[in-house]
Amino acid sequence: MHPAPSVIIFSVLSGLGFGFMAYLALGFLPLVGTWAFIAWAIGYALAVGGLVASTAHLGNPQRALKAFTQWRSSWLSREGWAAVLALFALAPVALGDWMGFGIPFVWRGLAAAMALVTVVCTAMIYTQIKAVPRWHHWLTPVMFMAFSVAGGALLAMQATLAFVLLLALAVVMMALFFIGDREFARAGASMETATGLGRIGEVAVFEQPHTGDNYLLREMIFVVGRKHAQKLRVIAVLFAAVLPALMAAVGGVALMLAAVLVHLTGAFVARWLFFAQAEHVVGLYYGKR
Amino acid sequence: MTCLPGHTEKKLGLAIDLDTCVGCHACVTACKGWNDQGYGVPLSDQDPYGADPSGTFLNRVHSYQVQPPEGTAQVINFPRSCLHCEDAPCVTVCPTGASYKRVEDGIVLVNESDCIGCGLCAWACPYGAREMDADAGVMKKCTLCVDRIYNENLPEEDREPACVRTCPTGARHFGDFNDPDSKVSQLTAARGGFDLMPEMGTKPTNKYLPPRPKDKRHEASLLAPLLDIQATGFAGWLDRVLGKI
Repeated sequence: MHPAPSVIIFSVLSGLGFGFMAYLALGFLPLVGTWAFIAWAIGYALAVGGLVASTAHLGNPQRALKAFTQWRSSWLSREGWAAVLALFALAPVALGDWMGFGIPFVWRGLAAAMALVTVVCTAMIYTQIKAVPRWHHWLTPVMFMAFSVAGGALLAMQATLAFVLLLALAVVMMALFFIGDREFARAGASMETATGLGRIGEVAVFEQPHTGDNYLLREMIFVVGRKHAQKLRVIAVLFAAVLPALMAAVGGVALMLAAVLVHLTGAFVARWLFFAQAEHVVGLYYGKR
Repeated sequence: MTCLPGHTEKKLGLAIDLDTCVGCHACVTACKGWNDQGYGVPLSDQDPYGADPSGTFLNRVHSYQVQPPEGTAQVINFPRSCLHCEDAPCVTVCPTGASYKRVEDGIVLVNESDCIGCGLCAWACPYGAREMDADAGVMKKCTLCVDRIYNENLPEEDREPACVRTCPTGARHFGDFNDPDSKVSQLTAARGGFDLMPEMGTKPTNKYLPPRPKDKRHEASLLAPLLDIQATGFAGWLDRVLGKI
């Protein structure tokens, strides 16, 4: 799949922002006044910035509001609703922290839950796609959630929690790399089933349907950069999880903030790989993966 | 609403005969020609006469070489377009309701004025049936020529999809799969029409008719009886003499 920058930026930043704000809502980082304002502003900037970036992916962003209509069937629509509800639910909590008035813990808990539901909905947009077997696995939402809560814990200065969650993230990332590599074969699609010609024999491309490229080749049959995939996987796990975990183990505000940047670098590499390595079954018609 | 209708009155679709398709791409151009001026925005091209041409098409013809366990390989031409699936994953993922499956005839359509161009439906389709138009930023797909098949301004013989109407070998058949007496149902039953990628669980409406089995070539040469000629007379005497030298 084509790793569009807008979608990578959206899923990484929004995931981190909603994870961070869940910790803020639950009172993990007891800040007041200006510091509370700054922390919440960072959370909102990450979440909203990511959502705005995602509209750059649209062919007709001026109609984006229509995407709220199909929540009954579409995960993308549910994601939109969850994000808006979470942002509204978190707003009084943020104001309360800043202005210094109390918000009932039930409300805080609901707002935090809504933030994490948004992350699950984002993950489900990809997980639901059966035609991309690497994504169509229950570990995909687990991975998105692990990124969100581990990155959020780092930003919320929860050194011990961040250490544990980042190590868990490393495990989830490696498991998904390992399992994901087998999913295409497990889905059972091949050139023989795609064409139905397996009943005659082994199928190979004789001639492509077009000599130029097209939307399908650009969007779904992205093969650039797979050459370095193994090295990038190591870089992703090291930067997103292992190094920040070690930095969190040492602790200290400055080191934790630096760890957030290291984690973000790794998260961008990991999310790029998430798209670049995902193979769509339509590639079979072109004899490509 | 992008929930799928549980049942459609008709199941309009195509039966595509892989035995008779000669790979001429006439259906590709007829489709592009008709859909460039009918339903929705035109199918745009980018850099059409330049070094790197690209464009939106709703129908593509692949050519495959299939190697049976024994004998020589076969070339099979393979038109690929929307299969108007019963369980269409492209419809349910749509966040705006632009993608829908019609209750009356099962045709999967895009309401372009509602399409935000997110591309998720194209990701959800295993068959590459949907292409985003690079100019208009909306998703394009086969409409089964919905603006031809019910069009009373057209002569009756033209009220079928452009690809079917144009096919010079009659490899594409249009009809109602819900009607067991329709041409497409009969053909599918008689020829063992099959689904593409059934493991994706999409329940395609369109069926593909497999190539008929090829005649077996005789292993021995047709000239074999002639090759065993015994020379007689003068030629026979020459044959014997030359054989002894």
